[in-house]
Amino acid sequence: MRALTYQGKHDVRVETVPDPQIVNPRDAIIEITATAICGSDLHLYDGVIPAVMPGDILGHEFMGRVVETGPGSTLEKGQRVVVPFTISCGQCFHCAQQQFSACDNSNPAEKQDLTEPLYGHPVSGLFGYSHLTGGYPGGQAEYVRVPFSDVGPIVIPDGMDDEEVLFLSDILPTGWMAAENADITEGDTVAVWGCGPVGLFAVQSARVMGAHKVIAIDHYPNRLALARQMGAEVIDYTQTHVLEALMEMTGGIGPDAVIDAVGMESHGFAPDNMLDTIKQTVGMGADAPHALRMAIMACRKGGRISMPGVYGGMADKFPLGALMEKGLQLRTGQTHVQRYTSDLLRRIQEGELDTTFMISHRLPLEEAARGYANFANNQNDWTKVVLKPGMAA
Amino acid sequence: MSYIHPEDDRVARHGPRARRRYPRGTAAALGVGLVLLGGLAAQQFAPRRMPHRPPDSAPGRTSRQSRYGDYAVTGRSVTINKPRQEIYDFWRDFSNLARFMENVESVHEAGDVTVWTIAAPAGRSVEVRTRIVQDRPGEEIAWRATDDSEIDTEGKVMFRDAPGDRGTVVEAVIAYKPPMGELGRLAAKLFQAEPAVQARRDLKRLKMLLETGEIATNRNRTDS
Ligand SMILES: NC(=O)c1ccc[n+]([C@@H]2O[C@H](COP(=O)([O-])OP(=O)(O)OC[C@H]3O[C@@H](n4cnc5c(N)ncnc54)[C@H](O)[C@@H]3O)[C@@H](O)[C@H]2O)c1
Ligand SMILES: [Zn+2]
Ligand SMILES: [Zn+2]
Repeated sequence: MRALTYQGKHDVRVETVPDPQIVNPRDAIIEITATAICGSDLHLYDGVIPAVMPGDILGHEFMGRVVETGPGSTLEKGQRVVVPFTISCGQCFHCAQQQFSACDNSNPAEKQDLTEPLYGHPVSGLFGYSHLTGGYPGGQAEYVRVPFSDVGPIVIPDGMDDEEVLFLSDILPTGWMAAENADITEGDTVAVWGCGPVGLFAVQSARVMGAHKVIAIDHYPNRLALARQMGAEVIDYTQTHVLEALMEMTGGIGPDAVIDAVGMESHGFAPDNMLDTIKQTVGMGADAPHALRMAIMACRKGGRISMPGVYGGMADKFPLGALMEKGLQLRTGQTHVQRYTSDLLRRIQEGELDTTFMISHRLPLEEAARGYANFANNQNDWTKVVLKPGMAA
Repeated sequence: MSYIHPEDDRVARHGPRARRRYPRGTAAALGVGLVLLGGLAAQQFAPRRMPHRPPDSAPGRTSRQSRYGDYAVTGRSVTINKPRQEIYDFWRDFSNLARFMENVESVHEAGDVTVWTIAAPAGRSVEVRTRIVQDRPGEEIAWRATDDSEIDTEGKVMFRDAPGDRGTVVEAVIAYKPPMGELGRLAAKLFQAEPAVQARRDLKRLKMLLETGEIATNRNRTDS
């Protein structure tokens, strides 16, 4: 089959690799009809997430048709499914608590050796990501092997477009969980850093959850326009002093909750961020949490911080004092996708959520490398890229 | 190793009392593990103990100093969301062990002796022969190498109810003393490379197998 493989920093290629097979009883094989490039893929592309190996097949946002099932799968050939990016067994302590991204049993035992020293505990397996999360072949390919296929995939009724439901695999539940972690109540103002796909879904979710006002912060006019379209007020941080503006836009209180939808590769020329970026570039494994620092400084006393943005290692100059002295709460995590999929599917069907507004480009799988380069370097215009293995070049 | 309970091994580390409790002469009657731990630990550790520090609650194998002389000791606990008896039964059927122990090629029983074939570096294999020295259904299985075994080892696995309906805590502890000679070096390499890592992996694979019916792998094909 054809698949997008990681070769090195800023080098991904579509290559011919062996087709996947059923390996474990609960596996299914899915023929991919649509798959997307995620901001998390950019962290891999930029070489800032450890333990990604040349030849790894990337991609964790995908859907398709079931073509083969193991004896323990509950799927049927021909069904259309969206597959969560988190691989979860459904039977361990954490899965029982719906903490699917903390599943004990999906990260292969020998891979857990890598994660445990770094994070204290191994985390769940993820598709197409780092070997810290299992090194599972991903879905930017023609076919993918899906372990625990009786637990993860959600069956999509006929009549719904791929593009309407594809983002159930990751960024829609991620934006939703980000808003849920912000614990929104009526009258709240929520500030969202980053108007990438995750931030945009967080904006939309916060509105659905009843936030009085959502303020979105970025520097790309197009992305800010999409946030405005979803009902946010916007701040362009290249034009405006963000902290001052947030105080003035909230009657001198500060936002009740803040969401960091930027993650470890924050942009900008603030001194802290320049230092972080240099350390990241020379490979010191440091995160660049500039947006998170700002979010903590902006948050009102006793407020909530929600951090869907991905971090991989250690942070410097973390405003721990502000966090403690203001009595803030911080919630984060790789999304527990399976917790949200059926509820969100219903909301899509009922027209409550718009899931396609951010798609800017549709490319055949063969052009995936071009998709990566532009999603990384032309972020203003390339807001979300969907790859279609079946699409004519 | 702790063929003895973690609590016992703490007691054993603390000198005179341990010596009284596990005198070397009578230890055989109590089971060989006690000899090892009571005897060796008392000898090796007691002289070095820090006078003003009472023992803490941690198992001996997590100590900052090795307390077991020539014996390397490794162990690990894992919580498995299954009833105690079910896990005991699975383990007690020794032919199951090779299903989750990475280095173990096969385990079979020959009379009262259990023969373990263990993969060694350079495509070789080592045969370990053990005898059960303690078998308490649903609670504990302990084994010790016979005199003609290629490796001097003993081990023990304990099962106890986990708090809060989380299933069963499975704790495995293994002690071994590599023999002399070429084979010994091989065995040492085999075991000492990363014994704790091996124990950890094996118990995690056991957990996967019992909780999910399969062992997670990122392999994309049966032949890869
Ligand atoms: N928690 C999860 O499970 C999960 C799932 C998916 C994605 N993520 C993470 O969410 C983050 C965002 O993902 P995405 O797909 O939207 O990525 P993206 O790269 O498309 O978007 C990031 C946006 O942040 C903006 N930005 C950068 N620095 C900023 C700053 N200092 N202030 C304000 N805005 C800034 C960028 O201009 C960009 O628009 C990434 O870290 C990604 O890894 C997490
Ligand atoms: Zn993603
Ligand atoms: Zn699980």
